[in-house]
This record gives sequence, C-alpha cells and structure tokens, in this order.
Amino acid sequence: MPDLLIELFSEEIPARMQRRAAEDLKKLVTDGMVEAGLTYASAAVFSTPRRLTLTVEGVLAASPATVEERKGPRADAPDKAIEGFLRGAGLTRDQLEERETPKGPVLFARIEKAGRPAAEIIAEVLERTIRNFPWPKSMRWGAGSLRWVRPLQSMLCILNDEAGAEVVPLEVGGITSGDTTAGHRFMAPARFSVVSFEDYTSKLKRAFVVLDPEERAEAIWHDATNMAFASGLEVVEDKGLLAEVAGLVEWPVVLMGRIADDFLELPPEVLQTSMKEHQKFFSVRNPKTGRIERFITVANRETADNGATILAGNEKVLSARLADAKFFWENDLRVAKAGMEPWLEQLKNVTFHAKLGTQAERIDRIAALARELAPVVGADADQAERAARLAKADLSSEMVYEFPELQGLMGRYYIEAAGESADIAAAAEEHYSPLGPADNVPTAPVSVAVALADKIDTLTGFWAIDEKPTGSKDPFALRRAALGVIRLVLDNDLSLSFRMLLVERITFHELGKELRSVTDAAREIDSLVADQLHNLVPKDFTTDFLRQQLSDEIEANHKKAWENMRRSAELLSFFYDRLKVYLRDQGIRHDIIDASIAMQGNDDLTLLVKRARALSDVLKTEDGENLIQGFKRANNILTQAQEADGVEYSYGADPKFAETDEEHALFAALDQAEAKIAPAMAQQDFATAMAALAALRAPIDAFFEAVKINADNATVRRNRLNLLSRITTLCTSVADLSRIEG
Amino acid sequence: MSQTSDAPKSFQEIILRLQTYWAAKGCAILQPYDMEVGAGTFHPATTLRSLGTRPWAAAYVQPSRRPTDGRYGENPNRLQHYYQYQVLIKPSPPDLQELYLGSLEAIGVDMALHDIRFVEDDWESPTLGAWGLGWEVWCDGMEVSQFTYFQQVGGHDCHPVSGELTYGLERLAMYILGVDHVMDMPFNDPQTPIALSYGDVFKQTEEEYARWNFDTADTEVLLRQFNEAEAHCREILQAPHEDPKTGKRIIMVHPAYDQCIKASHMFNLLDARGVISVTERQAYIGRVRTLAKLCADAFVQTTAGGWQPDSAA
Repeated sequence: MPDLLIELFSEEIPARMQRRAAEDLKKLVTDGMVEAGLTYASAAVFSTPRRLTLTVEGVLAASPATVEERKGPRADAPDKAIEGFLRGAGLTRDQLEERETPKGPVLFARIEKAGRPAAEIIAEVLERTIRNFPWPKSMRWGAGSLRWVRPLQSMLCILNDEAGAEVVPLEVGGITSGDTTAGHRFMAPARFSVVSFEDYTSKLKRAFVVLDPEERAEAIWHDATNMAFASGLEVVEDKGLLAEVAGLVEWPVVLMGRIADDFLELPPEVLQTSMKEHQKFFSVRNPKTGRIERFITVANRETADNGATILAGNEKVLSARLADAKFFWENDLRVAKAGMEPWLEQLKNVTFHAKLGTQAERIDRIAALARELAPVVGADADQAERAARLAKADLSSEMVYEFPELQGLMGRYYIEAAGESADIAAAAEEHYSPLGPADNVPTAPVSVAVALADKIDTLTGFWAIDEKPTGSKDPFALRRAALGVIRLVLDNDLSLSFRMLLVERITFHELGKELRSVTDAAREIDSLVADQLHNLVPKDFTTDFLRQQLSDEIEANHKKAWENMRRSAELLSFFYDRLKVYLRDQGIRHDIIDASIAMQGNDDLTLLVKRARALSDVLKTEDGENLIQGFKRANNILTQAQEADGVEYSYGADPKFAETDEEHALFAALDQAEAKIAPAMAQQDFATAMAALAALRAPIDAFFEAVKINADNATVRRNRLNLLSRITTLCTSVADLSRIEG
Repeated sequence: MSQTSDAPKSFQEIILRLQTYWAAKGCAILQPYDMEVGAGTFHPATTLRSLGTRPWAAAYVQPSRRPTDGRYGENPNRLQHYYQYQVLIKPSPPDLQELYLGSLEAIGVDMALHDIRFVEDDWESPTLGAWGLGWEVWCDGMEVSQFTYFQQVGGHDCHPVSGELTYGLERLAMYILGVDHVMDMPFNDPQTPIALSYGDVFKQTEEEYARWNFDTADTEVLLRQFNEAEAHCREILQAPHEDPKTGKRIIMVHPAYDQCIKASHMFNLLDARGVISVTERQAYIGRVRTLAKLCADAFVQTTAGGWQPDSAA
C-alpha cells in the first residue's frame, strides 16, 4: 500500500499558529480521505516556520467499489414517480429490477460505484483543504484570490510505494503540485526532489532543516541548559517561550550572551519580561544569587564566526531595550519615593468602565470596603485601607505602561521604595490573586482584605449595571473574580455574610452612578441657564414641586431597594454556581451543595462548605447512605399522610403511646441524637452532628421493619406520624436531606 | 557590525544604495511628499496607489514626524523627525522576500554572518482604515523593516494586493555603520573635507521641535486647523466631478487627501501637547479615518484608481 507525503511550503507562518495548523491539516486531509473510502494505517504532521508537512502511511491504492440497493416506487406507480426515482439513482428504466413484495411488484435499483484511485481522491481533498483552511487570520497576495496565512509558494504531494513515487497532480490558485521542496532559506536554498518521507526528512536535514518542532525544542533546551551549566548558571524554564522559539527557526543554533553590568540591578522580573517579550530571549540565572546574569538567544543559522556577529548584535539590541527599562525604573522610583501622589492623581483621568466611573473612584470604593472587611480577615483597618489606596498606583507607572503583565509586582517594588510597610507592599502584588483555579491564594490579612474588596467591587459593580456573563462571553472575567472570592473565603476560613454585603455594595454602586449623572446634569445646567431658571420659577411652585418630587423619590427608592435585593440574590446564586463547579472538582456532588444551600446561614460560604463537606463524608459511609433511604421513607410517608389528612404532623410524639420495642428504641435514639446534635450545631461542628445523625440509621431501619405506621388506632397512628416528623425535623436541622438524589 | 571594504560609510550612502537597488529592480524612484506625515505610508504613492487595479511600483524616502517621540536629540534612538524608506509594488511579486533580502545585501548586510528572521507582525493603521499581514524583519534580534501585504486601505479591499516594505533608516543605518547614538552617525562621507554627522544636521532642529511640540505649539490654532482641514477635505470631495471650466471629469482626490494628511498631523501635534484625553483620542482618530475613507472612495473613481469611462455604471 502506498504512503502519502504532503508539504505546503509558504512564506513564514506565525509561530503561534504552526502547531494548530499542522493538526488541522492532518484532520482535514485524513477525514476527507476516509469519507471518500480511502482508509490508511497511520498519519503524522510536522511544522516549521515555512512548511506544514503531513505523512500518511498505508493508504489504500484506491477506494473500494460499492454497491447500493435502493427501493423505489411500485412497478405500477405513475410515470412521474418512476422518472423521479430514475433521476435520483442515475439509471434507466431497463436497469431496474422488479420484485414481488407483499405490497405488490416494487422496483429496485442497484447502484454500483466503481472505486476511485487514491491520487484522484487526495487531489480533491487537498484542494478543498487548502481552500477552506481554518487559519485564525488569512490573506491574499499578488493578483490572486487564494487565501493562506502568508503567500503559499509550493505544494509537494506524492504517493510512493515499492515501485517508486508519483506526484499527485493538482493545481490550486496557480500553484501546481510537484515532488520538490527547498532547504534552509539561507544555508541551502536550492530546491530538490524527494521520493518518500524518509528521503524527505533526511534530505531536509542535510539542507539544514529540522522538520519536527519537538526535536527542535529539545535541541534548544538541551544546548541551552548545557551552555548555562558550563558557566555555573541555570536557564529559567519557560515552556511557552520554548515552543515559540522552536517555531521561529528551522535550524536552531543556541547562543549565550551577557547582560551589561548597568542593568543587573533591575528587578529580575523586569529583565525577564523585557528579554522575553521584546527579544524572545531565555533568562539565565545565577542559582547562588538568584540574579539574572545572561541570556540565551536562538539563531536560525550557523555562521563562519560561530555566531559572534549575531550575538554582538543581539547584545546591542538588548542594551538599548534595557536602557529603556532602566529609564522607566529610575523615573518610577523617583515618583515612588516621593509618595506616588502624581500616579494616584492620574488615575482620576482613567476610566475603568463608562458606567462605573474612573479608576480613582473605584479605588475609593475598594479602600472603604477593605477597611470594612479588615476585622473579618484579621487585618488592621488602617493598613487595609492604605494598602487598597496604593495597590493600583503602579498602573500609572511607566514600567507597567510598557509591560502591563508586571502590574502588582511593580506596585510591590514601588510601595517598598516609598517606605510603606511590607504588608502593604505585598498586598499590591497579591491583591489580583488568585487569578485561576491553580493560582496561590493570598493568606496575609492585609492582602486578603484588598483582594476580596477588589473582586467584590468588580462583581457588584457589573451586577449593578446589569453586565453579567452570558454563555461563553465573560469579557470582564467575572467568573474568575467570583471563584477568586470563593477561594479567598474558604482557604482563609472567613466567616462573611454575603447577602447584606452584596446588597450594600450594589446599592453603593447605584448611588455612585446616580451621583455621577446628577453631577453631570448639574454641571450642564450650571453652564447653561442656572441664573435665569432660578429667577423664572415661582417660589410656591418650587416647594410643591419638591414635595411631590420627594414622595416620588421615596417610592422610587423602594423600587430600587427591591431591584437591588433581586440583583444581589442573583449574584449570590452566581457564587453558588461557581462554588458547585469548584467543589465538583474536589468530588463533592452538586445535590449535596444544594442540600447545604437550603439551610439558614447559606450566605456564609465557609459555613456552607463545611456543612457540604461533612455531609459528603457521611454519605460515603454505609450508615450515611442508608440513613438517607430511611429519611426519604419517613419523609414520603409523612408527606402523603399530611396531604391525605390535611393536617400537619409536626409536634407531640410521645413515648407513652409507643407499642413496640423498636418504637421505644427510636425515641431513645432520637433523644440521644438530639442531645448531641444541638450543641454540635451551635459550634458548627457538622462532622459530629452528621455522625450522630448517621447513628440513627439502625434504629430507624429497625423501626420501619417492625412497625406499621398507619396503625388502626388513630392515636397510635398520629403518634407514629409525629415520630416520623421528629426524624425529618432532626435530619433537616443539619442539612436539607430531601435534596439528596438517589 | 563587521566592516568590509564594501561597507557603506555614511547615512546618505545607505539611502543612495537603496535608491539604486530598487531603481534597478524596476521601481519608480519618487521624491518625498511635500507635507508633514507620520509615516511613509501616508504618501499618496502608497495610500492611494495601493487602491484600484492598476499595477504600481515605487520607492522613495519619506521624512516622517512623530511629535511625541521627540527627546531633544538626547535619546540615542528616538527622534521626532526621522526618515523612512518605502517600497510599494502592486501586485506583490512572488519573490518579494528575496528582493527585500537583496536590498539588505546591497546596503552591506552579509547574509552569511547575520541572522535574518521574519517575525509575525500584523500591521494596522486606524487613521487610514488600513490593515495588512506580514512581519517585522529582524536582523540579529533587531527590527530593521516592516514587511506587509496590504489587505485593506481606506476601507477598500486591495485587489490586487500590494507588497509594502518600510525601512526605519536611522536605526538600520546605525546598525550597519556600528554607531550607538544617532547624533554621532556620519551623514556624509566622514573622509570628506566637510564631514557632517547626523547631529550636525539635526541636533538643533530636534531641540527646537521638541520644545515647540511639547510646550509651545498653540493648541487653539492647531485645533482650528484640524477642524478647517476636516471641513475642507469634505467640501473638495463634494464638488461635482465635471469641472465647469474645462468640461473635463476632474475629481480632486489629491487636494482632498492633502487636507486629510494635514488633519492627521494636527492631531499628532495636539496629542503631543497632551490636550487630547484617552476617550477623545478614539474620536479624533475616527474623524481622520473617515476622511481617509472618503478619499479612497473618490480615488477609485479616478483613472489612476482604475476607473474607465465605459465601466461607469
């Protein structure tokens, strides 16, 4: 069976797109082949900056012939119906077969499709693939209309077997397929022909092209770490950068260069970011001092001077870049040491969101909230407020303007330079955290206060203006913020009543919004006709008008209060949704969380999760599982009886009406359990409460086994129903077990 | 950079070599446009000529002004007035990359010693309503050129596509000549009796303009001129296509486009004076873009833009 080799050779493909494009090429071509009946044994793809290569082994030489039988109309059907059937089948009347069926004579068509040679199918599939390739961004060039990521220059497409290789003939947008490719752009630019994948890779290697991106990445990492090691240094690992650099070269040559002494005092993060973002350099660290002292760059060629010219050039460029960084750093430090006032002032002119005001207004809100939250998280209120006021100051710094990814981190450096406490400085860096499910959660109280205040302000703000995430759209990363709040609260074991907190913050946003619009309006009126208006309006009218205005306002305020209650309830359930996703990953089922949400105090997330965890644990035991069954049985019987009788059985079960031992035993067990559960619940010791509950399993089971609830004696029956009620009440005092599934 | 006997000796020699090279490759060597522009792309030989179906090949030096980049001539790399070398070929030839690499060799870059890379960089000009895909070209880690295949200009799809090359001349020349501060770069042959450095020519003007750009340009005048240019551009394009005096069909695209260029420069100056807020910025850019689009719309109605009398609907 033949093998297929395809290479799409183009001008330089952006590094970030290469891998995905190679995978797409494989999928589109092999899917298309299989769809046309052309199966294969295996397929693999490779990419370099200038080529996407697909090799498919063990391809059928031709698609198999197929026969399809189609049932048509009855033999005596009107001509029109038969003609239609013939058209669909592509046959003539004499080619149809008439068969007797229980419904009379029916026409049958036998449609035979001959197999097609592989080359024909591949040519079709490849053309379709090229014309419909899912590039994130594509372009036209020259006078043509074909689209590709950059101009497509040549197409290699061959099928080869023992007999030799043959070009699969096709033409797309003026490019004709062939059996040739070119080597390295500078080191071996000549074109050459190939007869198989092995031939192709080995000739490419001789022409200074390593086809496999993994192989290039490994070679780069290997050489880089060796080179660093030889100087007693280590390369700072960066997988993303490694993949990108491997996508920028066909023949990687690793070179290590020096960073001029002038720049070694810059924060290591600044060096690292500047080198990576601008130059795609790896940082090389001195393991003893932790300082970044050298860099690794990867060239795309060998040279007669062993890279000396290239390295000298790169060092020069880096110096110019770092001179900029140093300039920013020194300017920033001057502002920082003087107290950062100009930066805070500048944030008054930066809009956070048109409906939520400026960054400065946002900082005011966060500072107030951080102060409010301070006692809950165990932070000093003044420290928390101060930290919140400074945490975003670095957004105005030159360094963060240049490297936005250094926000927070630069804040820490600058706040330290300003002589503030280490806690306040740390809060600047940590208050954005946690950024994702894997990111560390801050634990220092001041950081926690600011981090919580920041996120709660964002969430309540966007809820107040009805900008909620929908479907896959979450432009303000509100899901991440909510998860951040959840993790901050849980990891730090904080007890916070969210319901009122959220209403309060949402209302606060509302006021801010109104204040802004009122101020705007006032400013407008002022600039227009304030004086005239005042003189023109009669005094009485003004008072009446104001009185009416006031009562309208009270009514409007009630409406608004309700509206904000609704918003905060929605936001709370948004938290619950995030919480379910988060806990699901930790093996806690959503119904267990629902059972906990249904309880008093459900807006204290720590309490809620403690309850859920305890419930989850107990449900994993045999007693727990059976207790649920017992509870459900009791609950069902009780509900049915209550519906039938129109009475609520909720109180007054009395042991004196108990008839059986099992009944007496259950009374005793309930007394015992209640005695344990009440104090445990008072201390939020859910584990103990749940264990006490689980201990009820045996007496409840025994009770159901021995006792008929619907006894003939009405008093006994009522007593038993009230006893069931005692069970369900006790059970649901710990969690709403009726929500547990199964 | 390593010096060989063939290495250029001055800034102007690099420019002259580029001119000679691209002339030999069949480009019309044009002269700079006689107005203040922010980049070589603004020259009508690029903006307007990239539109329509008629083939085009031109190369030129364009003095460019970016008022906010002024540093009083003190920064080794930053200038408020600098030179770009611009090449535009329509349709883009299949060997444009090779042609480009040839131009680097022509100015003394030895391909056997240097590491040249094409690194993804998509170009977009919000003021011109234009975008394209291409690369920034790196030589030993330094960006030496922009290489773009125009996809859209002034809101019009480019058909055929133009290939555009932009060389930042000072930076490229500093690298080739091995100079660390732009002001130290030899402007003419350093062996000549009256040798002039870049600083001899431009240090004083950089100071003068930096002061004017940042602190003294009259913002009221600039703002008025912006508004006037905007209004005038529209008026010019609203004139009937037939000239009442000659009876000829004369659409005054270039005079209108001059007003668009003027508005754009006024905006850059206002920006440097720091009187444009972040929110206003987008609005100003949008106003210039509208003018650029109107000019593009008009240009494709002209002969140079591919219009033919019988093709009129």
